[in-house]
Amino acid sequence: MAKAKFETPELQEYVEVPEVQEGTMAHLSPFVAKPDHNTDLNFPGELVDDWHEKALAKLDDLRGRYRSLQVYLDSCVKCGACTDKCHYFLGTKDPKNMPVGRQDLLRKVYRRYFTLPGKLFPKLVGAEDLTRETLDEWYSYYHQCSQCRRCSVFCPYGIDTAEISMAAREILDSVGYGQKYCNEIIAKLNKIGNNLGLPGPALLDTLEGLEEDVFDETGVEVKFPLDVKGADILLVTPSADFFAEPHVDGLIGYGKVLHEAGISWTLSSYASEAANFGMFIGSYENMRRVSLRIRKAALDLGVKRIVFGECGHAWRVAYAFLNTLAGPFDFLDPDYPVPQHIMEFTWDQIQKGNLNIDKSVNDDMTLTFHDSCNIARATRMGDKPGGQMEIPRNVIKAVCNNFADMHFDTIGEKSFCCGGGGGLLTDDLMEIRVKGALPRMTALKNVIEEEGVTHLAAICAICKSQFSKMLPYYGMEMDQIVSVHQLVSNAIVMTGQKTEEDEED
Amino acid sequence: MSYFFALLFIFATLVLVVGLARKIIQYARTPAPLKIPTTPAPVTRSGVVLRMFREVVFFESLFKATKWTWLFGWMFHIGLLLVLLRHLRYFVEPTWLPNWMWFLIELIQPFGIYAAFAMVAGLLGLFIRRVFVDRVRYISAPSDYLWLLLLGFIGVSGLIMQFVSRTDVVMVKQFFTGLMTFSWGQLPVDFPLIVHLLLVAVLMILFPFSKLLHVPGIFFSPTRNQVDNPREKRHIAPWAKAMEE
Repeated sequence: MAKAKFETPELQEYVEVPEVQEGTMAHLSPFVAKPDHNTDLNFPGELVDDWHEKALAKLDDLRGRYRSLQVYLDSCVKCGACTDKCHYFLGTKDPKNMPVGRQDLLRKVYRRYFTLPGKLFPKLVGAEDLTRETLDEWYSYYHQCSQCRRCSVFCPYGIDTAEISMAAREILDSVGYGQKYCNEIIAKLNKIGNNLGLPGPALLDTLEGLEEDVFDETGVEVKFPLDVKGADILLVTPSADFFAEPHVDGLIGYGKVLHEAGISWTLSSYASEAANFGMFIGSYENMRRVSLRIRKAALDLGVKRIVFGECGHAWRVAYAFLNTLAGPFDFLDPDYPVPQHIMEFTWDQIQKGNLNIDKSVNDDMTLTFHDSCNIARATRMGDKPGGQMEIPRNVIKAVCNNFADMHFDTIGEKSFCCGGGGGLLTDDLMEIRVKGALPRMTALKNVIEEEGVTHLAAICAICKSQFSKMLPYYGMEMDQIVSVHQLVSNAIVMTGQKTEEDEED
Repeated sequence: MSYFFALLFIFATLVLVVGLARKIIQYARTPAPLKIPTTPAPVTRSGVVLRMFREVVFFESLFKATKWTWLFGWMFHIGLLLVLLRHLRYFVEPTWLPNWMWFLIELIQPFGIYAAFAMVAGLLGLFIRRVFVDRVRYISAPSDYLWLLLLGFIGVSGLIMQFVSRTDVVMVKQFFTGLMTFSWGQLPVDFPLIVHLLLVAVLMILFPFSKLLHVPGIFFSPTRNQVDNPREKRHIAPWAKAMEE
């Protein structure tokens, strides 16, 4: 397949709501999964002959298993509140990228086969037959949704397009029409333990390398333990943290914080992945299978607590679903939430005064913070609602002197997606990733110009990877994206750490 | 004609009540296997009640989304509520209710009339928006316009009876209170009344099969009605629990 050519949208002062232009993204579909990867996930290898009946049967099955799906298919009144809220619509003008436009692709089939008016008067109520074209349209447009839930904030009934797109992807998988990127990764995780396919020995090697790097830089023997039985904390982090930039600098940060806190911890080679792409494909079974690895690792290693690293959707699965999928966790220390976010852990250490911080080290930067969608709109940190917004900012402000937020309509619960979440972080979807990044890039550019911001901090592996690709498209530098724990890592002065004066001597 | 309307309203009431009950039972029985409140979300049950109250009474999320749609939508809904309350006196005898309730119904009468104007104005605004905003036009099916017209004609025919050609409401009331004991009287033969009643019956019959299901739907929306406490309390659906065995 030839590389599709497309134009990067130009940054304006603000993102104007475009006029609808039909079909601008109809050409874009991700690569289809190979049969092996589908069957590994217990889906048919290739599109089955009776896909029509199978797809309808699956839709019927899912609406009986998920209240969200049934209620959301019925309740939309087409008020239009969501129509200008999706970053993919704002960046592409394609009306099928408006949340309601995307939902209607499934809703029109639901109405046709499962409601009386749709059976009797399809034209009148916008009901349509399920055809091969519909199926391809599902495949195309349900893979142009990052399941970021921004639309659900504004819907008067709380209709969440993520729920619809997860259901649609599960229907597609159930007829053998899976997406390569997600299914290949889940298959890899099931075999090896992480999305990158990094086997235990390679992981050990990487971690030893990190120990050497930190020792060379600081003179402190910070350990990055793997598979250590009896450790207090099991750290589960996205595998990108093991070597992608700037992710790995975040991992070094967690290591330093845990070292200074004086609590024993370990990574697990069996559960060496926080990410759980089972969520992206809407498959409870696959999401559960991935989650159970973490439970098994915690039991095998005999840890007392589970802490998650910086990752957006992983924190959603961990915070909101893990107890459901792989609980109960009554074998862990009840004094701590299960699981805990590394940000909660670090903030707690900062408040207790356990960390020696030299903020001035970060003075060459002015930071802004990107609220990752899944963290902002699907989880919490700390005890109070909104802690997921506050705690990361508190940590940044505790380790940096210069901080400025982006426009209030683009952060917190209204945060714009990076454009690469929800199983879209693949080169075959580059066009939608670039165009969908427009609203976030616009807000970033503005805060750079108005507040002198130099760097964008994030706490999600996907956001970090996506931004390091997107920033150059929009005329910025790829190293302007940093991990929050990278900032912590810079500022922390560990016990016995050699100072710059020492180095000069 | 009275006979026709009597049968029509018995049928419409049955369809509305049975149809809605079936949907509500369906929503209630369908499990929500995962915790998916749109956060930041309340961490207590009473917090959820408050969130739902703000959503249902003030349309909080819609207010965040678009001020014009909120304004027209809220005018219509609150107008409709007051008009419906005003209409109670056509179906209820004072002796059936405690004094204070009847007092409230009397109190609301003049507001109900102003509210009818607000309702029709709101519908007009929503209709104009549907026609002129290209994004909303794109997502509209014929039925979306027809709903606004249906509700609009119900409102306008009602206003005509109030301000242009008055209907004998005493007769109407006798008809409807009689209907409850299957011994209805005569309906006055007035064109606006016939239109009004016909359209109301159509609305009642279509309600359980249409997007008007947003009325029960909002109360069952997991993004709005769930408590944000997944770490504290294990949440599991029966079909998911079955996987563990």
